[in-house]
Amino acid sequence: MNRPFLKGSKKLSLFVAAFATFFVCYISATSAHAQDPKPSSPATTPSATAPATAPPAAPAAADTAAAPAATPAPSKPDPTGSTMGLGLSTSNPPVDNGTPAGLNAWSADDVKRWSKDPKAPVNTGDFLKSLDAAGQNAVALNIVWTLLTGYLVMFMQAGFAMVETGFCRKRNAAHVMMLNLMVYAMGLLGWWAFGFGLMFGNMGALSTFGGTGLLAQPNLFHPQILGHDFGIWGNHGFFLNPSVYDVGVYTLFLFQMVFMDTAATIPTGAMAERWSFPSFLLYGLVISIVIYPFYGSMMWGGGGLSQLGVNFHLGHGAVDWAGSSVIHAVGGFVGLAGAKVIGPRRGKFGPDGKPNAIPGHNIPMAFIGSFILAFGWFGFNPGSSLAASGGNMRVAMIAVVTMLASASGAAVACIYMKLKTGKFDPGMTINGFLAGLVAITAPSGFVDATSAVIIGAIGALVCIFACSFVENKLKIDDPVGAFGVHGAAGIWGLISVGIFADGSFGTGYNGTGATEYVVGSLHTGVNNVPLMGVTGALHGDWGQLIANLIAAVVCMAWAFGFAYVYFSIQKKIFPLRSPAADSPEEDLDQEEFGTLAYVNN
Amino acid sequence: MTKVEAYIRLHVLKQVQSALEELHISGLTVTEVRGMGHSKAITHTFRGSQYDTVLNPRLKIEALVHDEEADAVVDAILEAASTGEVGDGKIITYKVDQVVRIRTGERGDTALK
Repeated sequence: MNRPFLKGSKKLSLFVAAFATFFVCYISATSAHAQDPKPSSPATTPSATAPATAPPAAPAAADTAAAPAATPAPSKPDPTGSTMGLGLSTSNPPVDNGTPAGLNAWSADDVKRWSKDPKAPVNTGDFLKSLDAAGQNAVALNIVWTLLTGYLVMFMQAGFAMVETGFCRKRNAAHVMMLNLMVYAMGLLGWWAFGFGLMFGNMGALSTFGGTGLLAQPNLFHPQILGHDFGIWGNHGFFLNPSVYDVGVYTLFLFQMVFMDTAATIPTGAMAERWSFPSFLLYGLVISIVIYPFYGSMMWGGGGLSQLGVNFHLGHGAVDWAGSSVIHAVGGFVGLAGAKVIGPRRGKFGPDGKPNAIPGHNIPMAFIGSFILAFGWFGFNPGSSLAASGGNMRVAMIAVVTMLASASGAAVACIYMKLKTGKFDPGMTINGFLAGLVAITAPSGFVDATSAVIIGAIGALVCIFACSFVENKLKIDDPVGAFGVHGAAGIWGLISVGIFADGSFGTGYNGTGATEYVVGSLHTGVNNVPLMGVTGALHGDWGQLIANLIAAVVCMAWAFGFAYVYFSIQKKIFPLRSPAADSPEEDLDQEEFGTLAYVNN
Repeated sequence: MTKVEAYIRLHVLKQVQSALEELHISGLTVTEVRGMGHSKAITHTFRGSQYDTVLNPRLKIEALVHDEEADAVVDAILEAASTGEVGDGKIITYKVDQVVRIRTGERGDTALK
């Protein structure tokens, strides 16, 4: 009764050919720009590809401190937002409207307002006070932005819970929901106790949160690799102890906790409808204390992979803007390992190994969940700047490329499934929609709109092929496609940074230094200029691609390898697979909880 | 007394009901059932995999009528429930030994009034 997942079709080859043509056109268009011999020619007309050729605007953090000239109307694109708001007080007459929050954001009149005698000339004290206020507002803006986006990401838990539950069977609905709630609780406790300290104990000064250096501790483990320190674990901030009793640290804690929780909740989908609850509770601690912080620290906590740029001149080191690999690929590969060890749901594979469809019970719920996730992604990617002020108005572009990638992911998945199976497939379209978002997560800080559309589209295809491969070839039962969406598309997202990043943002990223970044022998284009941001292979720096490929290998090996060993050992000590998954009723809601999701009364 | 039992499509229930009302048949029992006959299995899709539903949803309606009404009731259901496609269902009639109205204890044909 079950049909094979994919069948050969001529329509498909047409579709792939059309896509490839578009891709080739795009590459030739961008490389033509990269060979432009005059990168500093005055670009007066904003255009889609201008950021690739225009000299990058100096971010406020750049040590050159060369503030852009206060031209009244900037006519060239400003991908970092660093020149916005400057020059307003000179080009517009000051308006004393009683609030410093109007169009003339900061004017000389505002400075006067702080002085004791508004009619007296402005003195140094007034001026310093105004500087203090401006500085504190900038930090406050960063903290408010980071907290707000963190709250959005927290709400993604609801999205995950709904997608996973909608794709599972009615009799296990309360169980899947309970996994999603308790992974938040257990993960948060583990993160508070050890995870946060291990991952960020070596992060260094929190520049956007007021520069607090409370987490700038030496790495606990820093083995030497090729003569350079390769940091692995941080060791400061355990239990949020009094030494880090600081708003900056707490802000980082909240934002990074909800990120960790996203990674932790992905395997609950891959292993749904089978997981023994005690085993799951222990897993909540293991992923938040060991699995996630280990790789995360190497990427985001100042550890070895992020230092590939400083130590080995590989681009800006491994770059993952918002966690395609740190969060999604780690979660996806842990889920794959778990699903492999825990075994398929009864009846998923026939005696001949042919996969059977086990349809989900509530597709509208899965749709609502995917919308909640897409909404939460506006916190996920733009929030990862950890700042909105000081050259971080880039968040606007990050938000736009995020939504573009989700659209192209959904469109490609939807049309592809129609060509492949003859039906528009809601379940797979949801997966493609989310895969586009996962893929754009790592490159979202560094790419333009066209690249985002391509990245999202490829992400969706990668997801669909991975889902098919896992089910038909590996014979692993992943009820919601968590591996395809998060694992496969996440790795693609990480690699895509090394391909598509256009150098317009991320100057000095990962400690490479604003002016010291030299591409070296791998550099091919005209981009070897000071203040160049994160640059991918299409824009001249193959070293970035190599750094990200190294990170991709480490990510897959660590997440899959450790999780496989962990689940295999844990299984020998107490059950990983719930006995209820093999009982006559096969009803986890009743047998594990005694609480039914849908009561007939 | 005769029992008329019919398996019909979900969407024809309204027409069948009004047809029976015109014949002043007031008692009707409707049950949601799943079953198979000559109609083909329905193919569904879930995340790229396809599966078939062999047991299709139908309604079972049951009415108790006087013997002389039975033919008219069968004709009415036949007209209301027919779409001409495979899978329209079946109508079955059979004799009933006894009918008792529980409230009053009436038996036989009087219990149907």
